[in-house]
Amino acid sequence: MKQYGFLYKLVERAREHSAFLFHFNAGACNGCDIEFVSCLTPRYDVEQYGIKLEASPRHADVFVVSGPITRTTRAPLEAVYAQLPDPKVVVAIGNCPATGNVFWGSPMIEGPLDRIIPVDIYIPGCPPRPFAIVEGIAAAIHKLASHPSAPSGAVR
Amino acid sequence: MNPVHALAALLLFPGLLYALPMGWLMMGTERKLRARFQGRIGPPLTQPFLDVVKLASKWPVARASSDRLILTLLPLLAVGATIGALALLPVFPDQTGFSGDLILLVGLLELPPLCMVLAGYASRSIYGEMGATREAIIDISCNVPFFAALVAMATAAGSLQTTNIAFATPWQVRVPAMLAILICLPVKLRLNPFSISNAEQEVLTGPLVESEGRLLALWELAHALEWVALIGFVVTIGIPGRSGAWWLDGLVFAVCSLAMVLLLTLLASGTARMKLRQATRLLWRCSFVLAAIALVAAFLVRGN
Repeated sequence: MKQYGFLYKLVERAREHSAFLFHFNAGACNGCDIEFVSCLTPRYDVEQYGIKLEASPRHADVFVVSGPITRTTRAPLEAVYAQLPDPKVVVAIGNCPATGNVFWGSPMIEGPLDRIIPVDIYIPGCPPRPFAIVEGIAAAIHKLASHPSAPSGAVR
Repeated sequence: MNPVHALAALLLFPGLLYALPMGWLMMGTERKLRARFQGRIGPPLTQPFLDVVKLASKWPVARASSDRLILTLLPLLAVGATIGALALLPVFPDQTGFSGDLILLVGLLELPPLCMVLAGYASRSIYGEMGATREAIIDISCNVPFFAALVAMATAAGSLQTTNIAFATPWQVRVPAMLAILICLPVKLRLNPFSISNAEQEVLTGPLVESEGRLLALWELAHALEWVALIGFVVTIGIPGRSGAWWLDGLVFAVCSLAMVLLLTLLASGTARMKLRQATRLLWRCSFVLAAIALVAAFLVRGN
């Protein structure tokens, strides 16, 4: 695909205005999940930017992870990450996936998240405010729009 | 209908050139209006188009146990069948050849749900299979009153040409039959009170759970065309006359279709999702009773 062609610009614009999210709870205390779901309510309404919460990881572009990665959630996390089609970005919501938070050093966690899968955007906070989450997802979408078109290891 | 007219119907007016933008406009209107009803701002009207472009630009993922060929052919068949159905819509009065043949038209309209059921079973996912089962059950229970109402209208009009049916059905048959068909319309579009087969929270969007990227884009395309075809079918059957001027007929068709979108959105945003059992019971109790009344009225009108 030519860098300046019409199709390239169309795809870039479409990626920027229609991001499908998949949310993965990797042992979070549900605090970040509540703040994340409140972004979809009429008060914050992320659907006006074309953002949609999808039920299946096959449909998603943005992989949203909350929680320190506990030992039982590590294998499902890796499986679900592999199910997202390229190009994809990973957003870590809250302190837990970024650093392990208060669970740091516990033998029960496998985190932080970037030891397991590549992370694009960190949203700090315990939990972060909904506006911070919206801002983080917007940054992730900008990264997604300028993603190189051919991934490694993809099936044609 | 000569080949030029047939090609024009397939590619230009009720066909691709009209139906693609109209389908995206209908789905965009539905999302925007539903957001406004819920007190949100909502996505722009071009959102379905952007979704399809984005999905088409995604890369396929490797899959182990499900068959890629079948999963690709099924949405293609759904898109093709819906375009064929669009070309047969009796927007302009035409009583020659196979144009507007009721049986062919309804058969083509029935193919996309069938493809979706097969795709759900081919996905080899437990959620896909569950969604496919629900889709099959609700489709069968909505098709009984749908076909009964159509049979009533065809009997009363004494013809299987959709143009004749639209013109010649007497009102005592038309009113209950159209009401029965209207109740079936949100079921066929999988809209909210009847959206149990592709429910996002319950069965992870059902039959489409394993479709990614281009496959999902094809399904979205088929769904957009289905909006135009099904709503267009109800509108063309329901309007009892044509002016004869092509631009006025086309305009009335488009405006009535958009008005139907408004009604469907009102219904979808005002109701919650029903369980499979509740949905089928409602279809049998309301839609089928209306269709039965229409059938009785049709036989009384025919006088035999």
